[in-house]
Amino acid sequence: MRLGSFSRHLGLAVVALFVVAACGSPSGGGSASCSESTAKTATSASACGGMSALEAAAKAEGKLNVIALPRDWANYGAVLDGFAAKYPEIKITSDNPDGSSQQEVDAVKQLGSTSRAPDVLDVGMAVALANTNLFAPYKVATWADILDSQKESTGLWFQDYGGFMSIGYDSSKVPTITSIDDLKGSAFRGKVALNGNPKQANAALNGVMMANLAEGGSLDDISKGVTFFKDLKKAGTFVPVQATTATVKNGTTPVVFDWDYLSAAHGKDVPAWKVFVPNNAILGGYYAQAISKSAPHPAAARLWEEYLYSDTGQNLWLAGLARPVRQAAMEKSGTIDKAAAAKLPAVNGTPQFMSDTQSTAAKNYVVAHWDAAIS
Amino acid sequence: MTTAGSPAVTANVGRPLLGGRRFSLDWLGAIPFLAYVAAFLILPSAIVGVGAFLDANNSFTLDNFVHLSRSYIVTSTIETTFVSAVTALLGASLGALLSYAIVTGSPNGLLRRLVVSASGVLAQFGGVTLAFAFIASIGPAGFVYLFAQSHGVDYYAHGIWLFDLPGLNLVYLYFQIPLMVLVFLPALDGIKPQWREAAESLGGNTWHYWRHIAGPLLFPAFLGAVLLLFANSFSAYATANALINQGQPMLSQQIAGALSSEVGAYEPGFAKAIAIQMIVIVTVVTVLYTVLQRRTSRWL
Repeated sequence: MRLGSFSRHLGLAVVALFVVAACGSPSGGGSASCSESTAKTATSASACGGMSALEAAAKAEGKLNVIALPRDWANYGAVLDGFAAKYPEIKITSDNPDGSSQQEVDAVKQLGSTSRAPDVLDVGMAVALANTNLFAPYKVATWADILDSQKESTGLWFQDYGGFMSIGYDSSKVPTITSIDDLKGSAFRGKVALNGNPKQANAALNGVMMANLAEGGSLDDISKGVTFFKDLKKAGTFVPVQATTATVKNGTTPVVFDWDYLSAAHGKDVPAWKVFVPNNAILGGYYAQAISKSAPHPAAARLWEEYLYSDTGQNLWLAGLARPVRQAAMEKSGTIDKAAAAKLPAVNGTPQFMSDTQSTAAKNYVVAHWDAAIS
Repeated sequence: MTTAGSPAVTANVGRPLLGGRRFSLDWLGAIPFLAYVAAFLILPSAIVGVGAFLDANNSFTLDNFVHLSRSYIVTSTIETTFVSAVTALLGASLGALLSYAIVTGSPNGLLRRLVVSASGVLAQFGGVTLAFAFIASIGPAGFVYLFAQSHGVDYYAHGIWLFDLPGLNLVYLYFQIPLMVLVFLPALDGIKPQWREAAESLGGNTWHYWRHIAGPLLFPAFLGAVLLLFANSFSAYATANALINQGQPMLSQQIAGALSSEVGAYEPGFAKAIAIQMIVIVTVVTVLYTVLQRRTSRWL
């Protein structure tokens, strides 16, 4: 526990006396203040005069605009409530909760720096990489815990939560899966499906890539994955029906390639549902955080990121079955919520991530070859 | 909107000068219709037509049409046309037989009222709901299949055809037949029983009656219904997408793929070129229909 500071902001004398719960921030709270112009370009909490100064500046702004955060997605409801409870002085406006990544970016472009514009974004990687010119670089206090392959080196974007590509299955209908080659057995005839079409859906494209890695392919060349599904289709194992919660529930698709955190949720409907991540093909798929360059509340935006990447924020995501990006580091330091972590399938091995060029190459190959391979 | 409305305006403004009659405002009544057609038919078609010739930077290109030769589009074109033709012909034939069965019954009977109102509902029953109804009943985990299997009948022994073109045909027939009943029943109602009596009193048998009287009278209506059913299948999307998500046999799915890819296969111009191709195919079918219609109307 620390006692906080006095701060001046924008000519308005704002006196804030507050109690800060320990949140793993190493930067000492000083008496330095953080003006709006400083906050706008601050690339870390210490560049803004330390956590306490950042908090004071954020409270002076008094508002935070977030966008496209469904309350039932990755436990965001609890995250928003947690932030609001910790900083009651900051009023959160949650806009278009069911919007897509592209809509978030469109909102930034259309609303500019007006008071309604989004401050922070939670976007898919394809959208993050395509729009770095809209983001302000920022490194959270726990920056070092994020793997280099999961962040932009200056902090324009940094991955937040996600999971690994997995094979979810109803263990009451099919034998236990210990390797992807098991699927070639006759016990799986007419039972294997993808979550979406790989030409369109990111989860499905990663499903094909995961099979590709497990079959000895590389991130640069997805052809072995396409061949794998082509053979499964020929054997009558791979069914072209769209896997949904309904088809899983009624047993039409007892084996589905999907992200482990989404797949684990099928356990609600199918008690014998198990999730398998092959050790030789741990393919990660994460969303990313970014701060808008034109954020109307720059200090609050940065404080929000600090909250998300604190142990508290990370454990809240984990409680929503999403793997927080600092999970490995928190397991080492023992600050992870072990009960929540146990609900996700165990993963042993080094995770791999598709780079932008690799996912473009994979997409191009799949668009050109998928339909012919499957029909 | 103004382009659609202007011919009517000039035609009517010209009249008083020539004939000295009162200025007519009759054309005003057509404005809502013309505005509707302009906003929901002409404008979208124009947007699609222009967009098909634009590349990602909005400059002119023919590449979108060159891409139509991609093997998966060629396959989809053949399969879409095939499914549409099969479900149109089968749906029209079976629907016509069902309509005939109804017409021969009592005009206010329970059977007729039941079938007509059921058709009204089922003709609109499509999309994910319909696909799932089939998956949950005759699908590989459906209760019908499990029942059949437990009695030694495995109708998926050679593959799950429900998730293939035969399955798509079957599911489409589920809304095609009722639609046929709805559009064909009025034509059948127009056939007077007296005509048959007249044919019989002149010594004609059943074959003569159908060959020379009822057949020629009904054939144009039948052909028109086939065309409607063809277009109905041709443009369907949600049902096919829920049933056959991989391989995308329908052109409507290919359009969706090129428009809504989150993995970066976003080709809006190409999607519009596919749409133009679909318009061309339907136009060709309509022209064939018109030619055939003219032929068949020349009876007696």
